[in-house]
Amino acid sequence: MGLKTPLYDTHVREGAKIVDFGGWDMPLHYGSQIEEHHAVRRDAGMFDVSHMCIVDLTGARVREFLRVLLANDVGRLKTPGKALYSCMLLPSGGVIDDLIVYYLSETWFRVVVNAGTRDKDLAWIRRHAADFDVEVVERKELAMIAVQGPNARRKAALLLKPEQQAAVLELKPFFGAAFGSWFVARTGYTGEDGFEIMLPAADAADAWNRLRAQGVAPAGLGARDTLRLEAGMNLYGNDMDENFHPLESGLAWTVAFEPKDRDFIGREALERAQRESGRELVGLLLEDRGVLRSHQKVLVGGGTVAGISGEVTSGTFSPTLNRSIALARVPKTSLPTVQVDIRGKSHAARIVKPPFVRHGKPLIDISQGGLT
Amino acid sequence: MSNNIPSDLKYTKSHEWVRQAQNGALEVGITDHAQSALGDLVFVEVPDVGRALKAGEACAVVESVKAASDVYSPLAGKVVANNGALIAKPELLNEDPYGAGWLFRLETSGSVDAGEFMSASAYESFVAEEAK
Repeated sequence: MGLKTPLYDTHVREGAKIVDFGGWDMPLHYGSQIEEHHAVRRDAGMFDVSHMCIVDLTGARVREFLRVLLANDVGRLKTPGKALYSCMLLPSGGVIDDLIVYYLSETWFRVVVNAGTRDKDLAWIRRHAADFDVEVVERKELAMIAVQGPNARRKAALLLKPEQQAAVLELKPFFGAAFGSWFVARTGYTGEDGFEIMLPAADAADAWNRLRAQGVAPAGLGARDTLRLEAGMNLYGNDMDENFHPLESGLAWTVAFEPKDRDFIGREALERAQRESGRELVGLLLEDRGVLRSHQKVLVGGGTVAGISGEVTSGTFSPTLNRSIALARVPKTSLPTVQVDIRGKSHAARIVKPPFVRHGKPLIDISQGGLT
Repeated sequence: MSNNIPSDLKYTKSHEWVRQAQNGALEVGITDHAQSALGDLVFVEVPDVGRALKAGEACAVVESVKAASDVYSPLAGKVVANNGALIAKPELLNEDPYGAGWLFRLETSGSVDAGEFMSASAYESFVAEEAK
């Protein structure tokens, strides 16, 4: 038996198939992963993400602390409520975790880190926070529900009091705000519009049931994975980990090298990597039938040169494109296609630039090649 | 867990079902339990007609959003038909694993009554045992 979120009993009642995810008993799907995926792309779906780790950082020097701890620069956060995506790095440049940080006030920032990395993240944050007199408090009493899809915000706003609804609908992308004991942010992990709602555990089941009554479809970790991959978003542990730095993980855009005097952990290693790195994370679209999966071998340049190869880091069947897509770490190449070894057979895959899908629309051309 | 096990079929430990078809051929598919465990199927590869199969040979692939799984030929024989409809509509296998979701038909000198196949009740116990 694993750890359970405050919504566990609700999932079981909904007929969810429960699986272990980083020590947590979580819903994989509630019947059909593909239907849940489409519900998010076309209408609204909801995910229990209460297993994720919400951490409040408080203190007079909290901004200064985060400018050292994170590869992205919280100095960019000027308006309270604004969120920033960042990696937290080892001195080697390897990624400890990716996270979202919210600027709430000059003495209070909130970060949300992955469930599977909770212990090492908290240990790392605490170790460095001590030097800045920053207090680190894990908000275990909060649950989190992500409501995602073109109709998600409209439906989720109805959870709030009438006088709060206009304000929550006015939240701009990547902003959050407190509504009583709830914190609602216009963020997500699907490539659709929506909210992530942090709320007291005691409120979670009621909020879930009210969303259900609005026609919001429960969606499991399976759909969460296909949605995030279509959206070209990395998954920690698949697409990056402590052995790879952000520049070879498709995350160069999250590293703030300017201003030059900001000495964040991992900076020196990344400056070296900027000059030396020969690998990059690319998107792949499988030209044939079949499904790309993580750890499949990718051959660049016809595969005739020994040792010149890469690996699929995340692969799946894309329900929106009806084709298989992947992220893969490969040697930098100007070739348009690579070969992927799928169960002993070589298949052509086209290199494409993620995201594959955003706001319900395919962003890559799937008319060439493809299924017969 | 979905677990419909028709009593008129025979079963293998690798979760195929086998049906004696009218013309002497054997029809092969995967069980309701197997399709449910795999989840939504997105890709099915069936063996070509005319292909000679050994007993236990991997001859078809059923792939879901979650995983790819081999299907094994329950007996030695020659493929006389395959279910091409699954190529365009793999979800047929989720919806109707013992009917529209059949995979292939095998011409064989072997018999469904051979000792290595399980009855429905034996398969039910086998699945329950595996789940422990």
